Amino acid sequence: MSTHAATEDVFSGADDVHADRVYLAQGGDWSDIASEQAERGDETIVVNMGPQHPSTHGVLRLILEMDGETVESIRPGIGFLHTGIEKNMEYKTWTQGVTYVTRMDYVAPLFNEAVYCLAVERLLGVTDDIPERASIIRVLVMELNRIASHLVAMGTGGMEIGALTVMTVAFREREMILDFLEGLSGLRMNHAYIRPGGVANDLPEDGLSHLRTVIDWLKKHLPEYATFCNENPIFIGRLSKVGVMDLTAATMLGMSGPPLRATGYDWDLRRTQPYCGYETYEFDTVTWDTNDAYGRFRIRLDECWESLKIVEQCYDRLQRTQGQPVMVDDPKIAWPAQLSLGPDGQGNSNEHIKHIMGESMEALIHHFKIVTEGFKVPVGQVYQAIESPKGELGCHVVSDGGTRPYRVHFRDPGFNHLQSIPAMCEGGMMSDVVVAIASLDPVLGGVDR
Amino acid sequence: MSETQPEQNLPAEAAAPESQPVFARRAGMWSSGAGDTSGYGGLRRDLAMPGRSEGPFGEPHDSVLGRALEVIPALRDARVLFDRDELTIYVPREQLTDVARQFRDDAFLRFEVCVSVSGVHYPQETGSELHVVYHLLSYTHNRRVRLEVTCPEEDPHVPSVVATYPMVDYHERETWDMFGVIFDGHPSLTRILMPDDWKGHPQRKDYPLGGVDVEYKGAKVPAPDNRRSYS
Repeated sequence: MSTHAATEDVFSGADDVHADRVYLAQGGDWSDIASEQAERGDETIVVNMGPQHPSTHGVLRLILEMDGETVESIRPGIGFLHTGIEKNMEYKTWTQGVTYVTRMDYVAPLFNEAVYCLAVERLLGVTDDIPERASIIRVLVMELNRIASHLVAMGTGGMEIGALTVMTVAFREREMILDFLEGLSGLRMNHAYIRPGGVANDLPEDGLSHLRTVIDWLKKHLPEYATFCNENPIFIGRLSKVGVMDLTAATMLGMSGPPLRATGYDWDLRRTQPYCGYETYEFDTVTWDTNDAYGRFRIRLDECWESLKIVEQCYDRLQRTQGQPVMVDDPKIAWPAQLSLGPDGQGNSNEHIKHIMGESMEALIHHFKIVTEGFKVPVGQVYQAIESPKGELGCHVVSDGGTRPYRVHFRDPGFNHLQSIPAMCEGGMMSDVVVAIASLDPVLGGVDR
Repeated sequence: MSETQPEQNLPAEAAAPESQPVFARRAGMWSSGAGDTSGYGGLRRDLAMPGRSEGPFGEPHDSVLGRALEVIPALRDARVLFDRDELTIYVPREQLTDVARQFRDDAFLRFEVCVSVSGVHYPQETGSELHVVYHLLSYTHNRRVRLEVTCPEEDPHVPSVVATYPMVDYHERETWDMFGVIFDGHPSLTRILMPDDWKGHPQRKDYPLGGVDVEYKGAKVPAPDNRRSYS
């Protein structure tokens, strides 16, 4: 009896025929699997794919049992990028936590920050006090980040099936977006830009004109992907009817985001449970009805256009709200330093330094206390979910009333989606495994946290 | 409309949640690891999680709770908490399997998905140190509810809900890995994030962070979990 098979069929209902042997997606030791394999004496081959394999989207390990080119069973092994972010955050202040969460799903860092900050704000009870401009900037950076993340998903997904051009053009467009985010926050990735109470700083002086060039660039170049891929017979041949998950299967495995919408089910948290004022933006949610990797690709591509629509609305609103605050008007929460972007990167503004160092002892004490000690968050727990490019990104935060989180847990969509790899790949071809995984767009930094 | 409406016509105000037994007691200005020189050492504060709350909570929470009590009469004595616009039902662990099945299958509840399972360790809560928190989502009715199950450290067993919610497979494995909660009936409860031969459950509160002191020009900065803290 090996450890990767269950003795009873827990998935069958009372009236179903029970399978006498159920293979599961996890568990067991490699040597057990190999020896059981040898005992059975048939000709299946066990293949270990990863964790250092470029086509597994990061350090994902896959253990495949192959019968020729057909995948008999596949089991994902994760945890190679576990960095203890949730545990570490219990030793940092609420604001410092942003610096940690941004490193989870590093392809969509601003979503990690946003969901964490929204959760902390609900614990603080300041959700309604967040300035309008702060919410607009949050929506702006999230939607730009969504385009960047989808570009990576489509680009690397294309690269893995040999469409290298898709990858090179996708990274070109992504770099334009990252340039803007760098101008805004000082960093290309891992921004730590969205903070509890608002955002770290307002747009730089040339921010809006820079944003305009990004919008124009994307408008000019996004059509290329449709031209390259949509009707490309090789592309359709590789993606169509691969990694099929219908609505029942997707619901049973808790799928969200593009994989769920590819079953034709219209579920987008920006619409159904809006946050950051998404209900005031005009955009369409995108669905497809093919249940497969091709549908997920088309959804991502169309969502880039919808995100661009939202970005343009943000542009207009940012023009209208110039000069308005971007941090909650509560000195007990707001970061005291008015951060600004100088020629040498992000830093405290000169006026603020002059004030605390030369004019006001109390301001200096306040600055010191809130930066080193942080603010206290009332006792309680909340769960906040947002629509990240990959699906439902959830954040469960517990506070014990102190200056540091008591417990933070992230529900990463990639973590949940990896469970469905066996359902999508078993019985298919080896070469389809890579396509199926790419269609889920897991980022192992987020999966393993 | 008259100015004085009969009382029974007014919406009842949700009472503030009654608090749970104290879960931390703090003195002074809350710093620990250093002498308190603030002069506030006499201040004492009891910190308690919000406890039980009484309805009505407003829709859709009332209909969720009402229906749940209707189809699962055993929940009548369960602790219910409405806090920050979220409904939490504290389910006794013996009833979890039944509750999960009803919450999924009953047409008026219909929580199709358990989106997240997470553990929380409260070492001060004697007899119910380990909590498992389930976040359910209903696509049909577009609403959420939280189920919370507790178990003592000496007997860390909670029934698995994988048979009802197949998507919690990985989530329960993670909670076992990080908190040592044993989910009875899980098809293959093995470590998922930590290495297979790892000892201990890292996200328990008594598990040290294991940081290394940082030495900088002769001065020592202690590891993060040994530094002075204010919370």
